[in-house]
Amino acid sequence: MTIDIDSLLAQAISEINNSEDPNALDHVRVQYLGKKGSLTEQLKALKDVPADQRKAVGQSINIAKQALQQAIEARKTDLQEQVLQQKLASESIDITLPGRGQNTGGLHPVTRTIQRIESFFHGQGFMTADGPEIEDDYHNFEALNIPDNHPARAMQDTFYFNPTTLLRTQTSSVQIRVMEESKPPFRIISSGRVYRCDFDITHTPMFHQVEGLLVDENVSFADLKGTLVEFMRHFFEVDDLQLRFRPSYFPFTEPSAEIDIQCVMCGGDGCRMCSHTGWLEVGGCGMVHPQVLKNVGVDNEKYVGYAFGMGADRLTMLRYGINDLRLMFENDLRFLAQFN
Amino acid sequence: MKFSENWLRAWVNPEVNTETLAENLTMAGLEVDSIEPAAPFFDHVVVGQVLSLQRHPDADKLNICEVDVGEDKPLSIICGASNVAKGVKVPAAMIGAELPGGMKIKKAKLRGIESFGMLCSATEVGIAESADGLLILPADAPVGTSIRDYMFLDDQIIEVDFTPNRGDCLSVAGITREIGVLTNTEVNEPEMPDVDASIDDVFEVVVDAATDCPRYLGRVIKGINPKAESPLWLQEHLRRAGLRSLSPTVDVTNYVLLELGQPMHAFDLAKLDEKIIVRRAVKGEKLKLLDDSEIEMDEKILVIADSNKALAFAGVMGGLDSSVTDSTQDIFLESAFFQPDIIRGKARRFGKQTDSSYRFERGVSFQIQYKAMQRATRLILDIAGGQAGPVTEVVNESDFPVRKTIAFRSARLQRVLGLKIDDDQVENILTRLGMSWTKNAEGWDVVAPDYRFDIEIEADLIEEIGRVYGYNNLPVSTPKANLQFVQEPEVKVFPRQIRSSLVNSGYQEAITYSFVDPAIQALLDPENTPIALENPISAEMSVMRTTLWSSLLKTAQHNQARQQNRVRIFEIGKRFSTVNGEIQQETVISGLVTGDVTHTQWGEAARKVDFFDVKHDVENLLSITGDITQFGWESAAHSALHPGQSAMITNKSRNIGWLGALHPKKQQQLGLHNPVFLFELSYTELDSGVLPQFKAVSKFPAIKRDLALVVKESVTAGTVFAIVTEAGGNRLQLVEIFDIYRGKGVEVGDKSLALSLTIQDDSQTLTDIEVDAIIQKILVSLQGSIGATLRE
Repeated sequence: MTIDIDSLLAQAISEINNSEDPNALDHVRVQYLGKKGSLTEQLKALKDVPADQRKAVGQSINIAKQALQQAIEARKTDLQEQVLQQKLASESIDITLPGRGQNTGGLHPVTRTIQRIESFFHGQGFMTADGPEIEDDYHNFEALNIPDNHPARAMQDTFYFNPTTLLRTQTSSVQIRVMEESKPPFRIISSGRVYRCDFDITHTPMFHQVEGLLVDENVSFADLKGTLVEFMRHFFEVDDLQLRFRPSYFPFTEPSAEIDIQCVMCGGDGCRMCSHTGWLEVGGCGMVHPQVLKNVGVDNEKYVGYAFGMGADRLTMLRYGINDLRLMFENDLRFLAQFN
Repeated sequence: MKFSENWLRAWVNPEVNTETLAENLTMAGLEVDSIEPAAPFFDHVVVGQVLSLQRHPDADKLNICEVDVGEDKPLSIICGASNVAKGVKVPAAMIGAELPGGMKIKKAKLRGIESFGMLCSATEVGIAESADGLLILPADAPVGTSIRDYMFLDDQIIEVDFTPNRGDCLSVAGITREIGVLTNTEVNEPEMPDVDASIDDVFEVVVDAATDCPRYLGRVIKGINPKAESPLWLQEHLRRAGLRSLSPTVDVTNYVLLELGQPMHAFDLAKLDEKIIVRRAVKGEKLKLLDDSEIEMDEKILVIADSNKALAFAGVMGGLDSSVTDSTQDIFLESAFFQPDIIRGKARRFGKQTDSSYRFERGVSFQIQYKAMQRATRLILDIAGGQAGPVTEVVNESDFPVRKTIAFRSARLQRVLGLKIDDDQVENILTRLGMSWTKNAEGWDVVAPDYRFDIEIEADLIEEIGRVYGYNNLPVSTPKANLQFVQEPEVKVFPRQIRSSLVNSGYQEAITYSFVDPAIQALLDPENTPIALENPISAEMSVMRTTLWSSLLKTAQHNQARQQNRVRIFEIGKRFSTVNGEIQQETVISGLVTGDVTHTQWGEAARKVDFFDVKHDVENLLSITGDITQFGWESAAHSALHPGQSAMITNKSRNIGWLGALHPKKQQQLGLHNPVFLFELSYTELDSGVLPQFKAVSKFPAIKRDLALVVKESVTAGTVFAIVTEAGGNRLQLVEIFDIYRGKGVEVGDKSLALSLTIQDDSQTLTDIEVDAIIQKILVSLQGSIGATLRE
């Protein structure tokens, strides 16, 4: 009898381990442990075993039964693991294939530049201001101390709609509108499109300016220099970028200066970009002309101000190494997408 | 303006090289634009004298010249120029010479006869664009001297860009005065002694317009030689300043203009009647100018007239009829001061800007007319001979420009520049600039010199001090001001957010010109007349766009022509229109989409973009406001759009924008391959949003029910949504549409809409009976209003 159980167990374990799938395994389970299973039959037959042996035989059957159950569980886990492994293997993908869906677009490089500039100046407490692009002669010229027939008008070839209506030639007109409408101190940054009747390799009839204005009781030319030096160094992310301030003439500032930066292409050694001078002109600045303050009703004894204007397109070209101004407004997608 | 460095150094000669001199000028606000050599490189060219010449035996046009070049023996040089003659002195390039452009002179045989050099024209020594024959040198030119040395060709031409305030620098005298200030160097003005009258002839001058012309000098010069030619030195001075030599009289007046900054004019005395009258023109008065054009003047124009007629456009250009010709022997020379105000804008008005108007507009010193007259007289007599009469001067000093006394406070100087500059130093700079000054309790009382028209207020003096002290020597500091919070309402929608939304939806931002072709405007917006520019760059850029679509469609064309058929672009900019005579300029957000909905995708079929793809992008944009429900969509017609695929976007029934397909006919006219979808929204209608308001999230389960409705084709989804939402009450959380079906089981003319409803209560779990009641209410309402039925 004992031998029977041992061989039965050995055979069962062999069959369990040979089961290839959960169904086969269950079949083996039923065959040995089911109601009519071989081992169950042995248990049923226990009543025929002599009483003195019955306990020992019963024990051995139970041990065999437990061993079988364990073997079935183990095999079941193995089989499940195999199934999982197969499933995983069948589900593996080529993760180098590109993702699907809409690509993101991008900002125009000039917008990128303007947003950066505005963000620097917002951090300094400047507020954004906006103004009309079709301007009247007063805000674009008269209030800025450029009377009719003044030779300074020839500095800016103006687009006219009629003798008193024009496309603004400079964002400085926004200064006037802001100062007319509120009280000092002023800290304003204003950017946008300006227009001049000029179209060649280095001029487009529309371009972008960023204008800054600070009017307060204690503002000096030294502060203007400091602001622009800090700004340019942040903008180009060059800690020791050199600037120079060249005396110039704008009717709405006095003293006035042109802002030159050390050439960012050659580091000031001289290259084609800077016409071998080592310097690049990026804007104009100065102390707000007392007459301009007077024109907008600001006490020009109590208040002093500085103003600056920069070419956003030029700064964009320098920042990203764009070598042809005309690309800026052609909007070729292959150009635009480079700034995404 | 172009200056010969040699000419400048003859007046002021600081101990600095050309580059440093240029740097000094640039850093003082007189921007040096370029430095070019006065003549290109060449060498071994000397003054040669033709001793004799004989015709080449085998060539009619060639001469064999014996040329003295200062060596032991003359050189035999073959020359083809027609003006070669015995005795003339000309540039002779010797064997081994290199000419401009790199040509090397070698011994050569011309038709069998050897030539030992080459005689040169002005072009061949690099001082003229073209030349007719040899450059004939003055008779006193020393034979054998290098041409470069003889003509001082080792000179630099310095071109300076002047700002409009510095009219005082528009001459050799002016800029050297400035160089003297900047380099602390003494200026040595050449002597310009008076030329005494040798005849008594005068021509009467009457100045009617004394305010416009406070000083007028005239002088008669008789008996000049009309055949005289300007000497080489004069021609070279003019050339290096960028002027052409014309005739001795004109050359001399131009020379004085360059040297002293005083514009002058010479009249043909024989053509003047009775007397010179300086007066305003009368309306309709006509004048034929030197450039052969005729202008019709009015009383705003100052003229130089005689007793019968206008002779010249004062300060701008002479008249043709009274001009000096190549037969003129007697001239009347004018040297006048015209007020800037009477000249300003006048030349521009007629498109006649000249070197003269350029200077008078900016301000010529009212003290140099006499000196200029003497200088010009001397030069004319020297070059063309003749006899000068006495100078006639009409002067009205009370009308001279006033040089006000300016109170200049040292504290203000410090405050504006941010630096205390010692009084001594300030005074030194003022003195060097020619300012007269006296000390007062707070600083100085300053009067600007006659030649400075740009010094009127204290700020002008602050700039002068800063400029001469050096802007780059001023300190660098940062402004100190009270910290202030920048006001930034949370509900304000900034352009930045709008841009982000569109960029995230796959749009590329474009920036296009605000002026467009009127043809595309007429195509897209025929109802509105765009605002036209008076002076456009070109016809294609001549009107202001009334919609950004004009520009975006051009951009799509541009890209399509470059094989970029899938375009998703947007722009934020202004559109311009006239409403009731008032100019409107409104910031809008505009977009254009065409081509495939996405770039090529693996595993998904390519599909062209449709209305709803773009509608979703616009909805995302509208949702930035925090409340998309404030916006409505109405089917409406737009002349640019497909009549069946265009939507007016509304806010409280106000039109705030459009979305639609470009009208197929217009798409075809524009040559665009694929359907194009366009939107444009008013920014001001989006720029303030709604602050989010918290509402508790229901803890009770939501129940979903699907309804398949059959409705007439004409019933819009919007109508169905509105009825369902209304009937569903506040327990209906969400209505979504998940299918539209036409075909088997649905009658022709009907369509089936499949809706998914989410129903939930905030305070209890809903029973089936309660949900059924809601659904029933919705169905009844749908049946009643639009005859909707449940699909069988």
